Amino acid sequence: MSKKLLLEKAHVEGIKHYDVYRREGGYKSVEKALKTLSPDTVVEEVKKSGLRGRGGAGFPTGMKWSFIAKPEGVPRHLVCNADESEPGTFKDRYLMEFLPHLLIEGLIVSSFALGSNDTYIYIRGEYAWIVDILEQAIEEAKTNGWLGKNILGTGFNCNIHVQRGAGAYICGEETALIESLEGKRGNPRIKPPFPAIKGLWERPTVVNNVETLAAIVPIINMGGEEYAKIGVGRSTGTKLISACGNINKPGVYEIDMTISVEEFIYSDEYCGGIANGKRLKACIPGGSSVPILPANLLLKTAKGETRYMNYESLSDGGFATGSMMGSGGFIVLDEDQCIVKHTYTLARFYHHESCGQCSPCREGTIWLDKLLYKLEHGQGKLSDIDLLWDVQRKIEGNTICPLGDAAAWPVAAAIRHFRDEFEWHVNNPKESQIKNFGLAHYANPIQPITA
Amino acid sequence: MAEGTPLLKVTIDNITVEVPAGTTILNAARKIGGDVAPPAMCYYSKLEGSGGKCRTCLVEVSKGSEKDPRPMPKLVASCRTTVMDGMEVKNITSSKVIDARQGVVEFLLINHPLDCPICDQAGECDLQDLSYEHGKEASRYEFEKRTFHKINLGDKIQLHMTRCILCYRCVFAAEQLTQQREHGVLDRGEHAEIATYIEKNLQHDFIGNVIDVCPVGALTDKTFRFKNRVWFTKPVDAHRNCTKCCGEVRLWMRGDEVFRVTARRDEWGEVKEASNGKTGWICNECRFDKKHVSDWVIEKPTHINRHSVISQGHYEKLQKPQEFLPDLMHREPRLIMDIHNVSEVNRTNIDLSEIKGPAHSTDFNK
Repeated sequence: MSKKLLLEKAHVEGIKHYDVYRREGGYKSVEKALKTLSPDTVVEEVKKSGLRGRGGAGFPTGMKWSFIAKPEGVPRHLVCNADESEPGTFKDRYLMEFLPHLLIEGLIVSSFALGSNDTYIYIRGEYAWIVDILEQAIEEAKTNGWLGKNILGTGFNCNIHVQRGAGAYICGEETALIESLEGKRGNPRIKPPFPAIKGLWERPTVVNNVETLAAIVPIINMGGEEYAKIGVGRSTGTKLISACGNINKPGVYEIDMTISVEEFIYSDEYCGGIANGKRLKACIPGGSSVPILPANLLLKTAKGETRYMNYESLSDGGFATGSMMGSGGFIVLDEDQCIVKHTYTLARFYHHESCGQCSPCREGTIWLDKLLYKLEHGQGKLSDIDLLWDVQRKIEGNTICPLGDAAAWPVAAAIRHFRDEFEWHVNNPKESQIKNFGLAHYANPIQPITA
Repeated sequence: MAEGTPLLKVTIDNITVEVPAGTTILNAARKIGGDVAPPAMCYYSKLEGSGGKCRTCLVEVSKGSEKDPRPMPKLVASCRTTVMDGMEVKNITSSKVIDARQGVVEFLLINHPLDCPICDQAGECDLQDLSYEHGKEASRYEFEKRTFHKINLGDKIQLHMTRCILCYRCVFAAEQLTQQREHGVLDRGEHAEIATYIEKNLQHDFIGNVIDVCPVGALTDKTFRFKNRVWFTKPVDAHRNCTKCCGEVRLWMRGDEVFRVTARRDEWGEVKEASNGKTGWICNECRFDKKHVSDWVIEKPTHINRHSVISQGHYEKLQKPQEFLPDLMHREPRLIMDIHNVSEVNRTNIDLSEIKGPAHSTDFNK
């Protein structure tokens, strides 16, 4: 049983409400931080903890916080990114739905560390009922003196505002989120300047994921150094993984990043194996944007080592033979799934969600979508596979924001690892409409590469 | 440039130039000029916030600065990246840039109708120039292109979204020139469109300038649509006393007829500064209503780049390439073999009118 820091109390009756949450030891970190620590020490603790952003990029949070500009007389802001729209990711939803006070607590401590008197939660529009949960939690925190003016008599003021998005995936990108929060069209800004210098209303701003901010609570409670002892290497602490797809027990799991991918999929404590006795074909380990891996590369790295559920091990081998931790949206595909159809579904999603600001993404995503539609429906040519590769290559890295990369990577990885399935679709157009390529050799052990 | 501001050295395609701090790579490259300047479809120096969207001006930064010589990991948009001291930039000398730019041109063209033969912008279209210079000969896109209905923005401007490349220049122009938000973008992705909310008329005096900032034929002047091809008209600089704007314009004439009035543009296709130092935006009255030669004081023919198709009208005195041989050799240039002398066609003692029928070589042998 691995260590739980965030979801430990998730199943306590009535934990949604302030009284129960407080009785279970809630808001201790706020007391500790505001009364005994200075904002700089809080940042120092977070740095020591080695906490990495849980939204997808995995950037060290302490370092991000230390970048924030502190000009005289200009208010600073903390924004909580709850616009969780990545297909396959639903960990923040679970956290906010069951433990709203944990997020509020983390937000108060983080606001104190960053000097933000007005903190915003930008929540995905589709999470309409969670807005009510959060607002109720904020109200309860306010009546009990954890929010508002002069918190705990320390002279620190903090208010938390919840803002609903309007259903755009792109608003999860931090600068697009800021634009949307300002009431504008959610187009990503051109960086630099970074939000840490000029963010919300041209003020220094930090945008963090829900899980990152919730993780601040155990860090302050147990101390940064203690927190860093959990996990391995640079993957410290615990991570929420939202597992879905063809597994027996889909759901949100908290892992301490020391277990192997194989254990995560097959052990009864986590996913409980592949559903209906099927075999594993492929998996996307970190949300739809990260490269897909076939079974043989998922369980073992190209060097033949066991792959673990942490930042370093999942990205071992780069994009050629590895993937990314991403946001922790763990999507498992069994032998009955069609990779071409799956890639087409993702391409259609990115086509629909591209903001249309920069040309490679706007025009490239529709091209990917149309080409994959053709291939999936048995009208493709072999040259279309090469064309797909070339189009994704020209989108990647040439766009304003990471959405272009996110649209290109799944396509690139699918062609890289499953090219024979694409070719089968082209060469057997009729057959491909009624049956699947199946598992083929994707689970066969691969020859370890030794230098 | 303020006194005493230190100049930063930046090397673009192995040519070093000194620019004040805060200059973008694109503007530093424009200072050098020629092929070194990256193409720009969305950047417009007179519009705040423009740029960064079209990605045609991507360049490779092979050395970040003197202090931090690491190269930048990705190609950067030169119109929005400021120079650092000692920066080294590769534009046309980088194969990565050429490849990425070819990709961007292909992307821009996949949904562009390529209806140049019936487009009023043809001949002065930035996208046309861009695809000639940086594009490939053919597109690999085989699907149906997206289309939109034409929309009238008021009675003088027509918006044809099918041709639009979503550079947002007109959105910035409408926002910054008219001080009110009348004009924006609806929807997202490839079905995004420039729109005034529920096709509201644009009434402002300076809204006509959106036609000038449009790099393609998406926004056209309805008083000029289908009247003439731009290369048949001859541009002249002219001015009048206007109470609203600077009154300094370019007239596009054929004979004595004024077909079109636009703002004056500089070599980068942007509106020139007026003589009083302000930006040379012109008002709708000058643009749409003053279409008689008698309304204007004509100054001179406009100088047009000789690579432009517009210069084929030869309205300006033809600049003959200067002959340097007489100065060097002290004699007239001599052709190696003058066929006319050999064949004696040039013999003056034969009157062609006296020859019956077509002339033959035998006629000259007499």
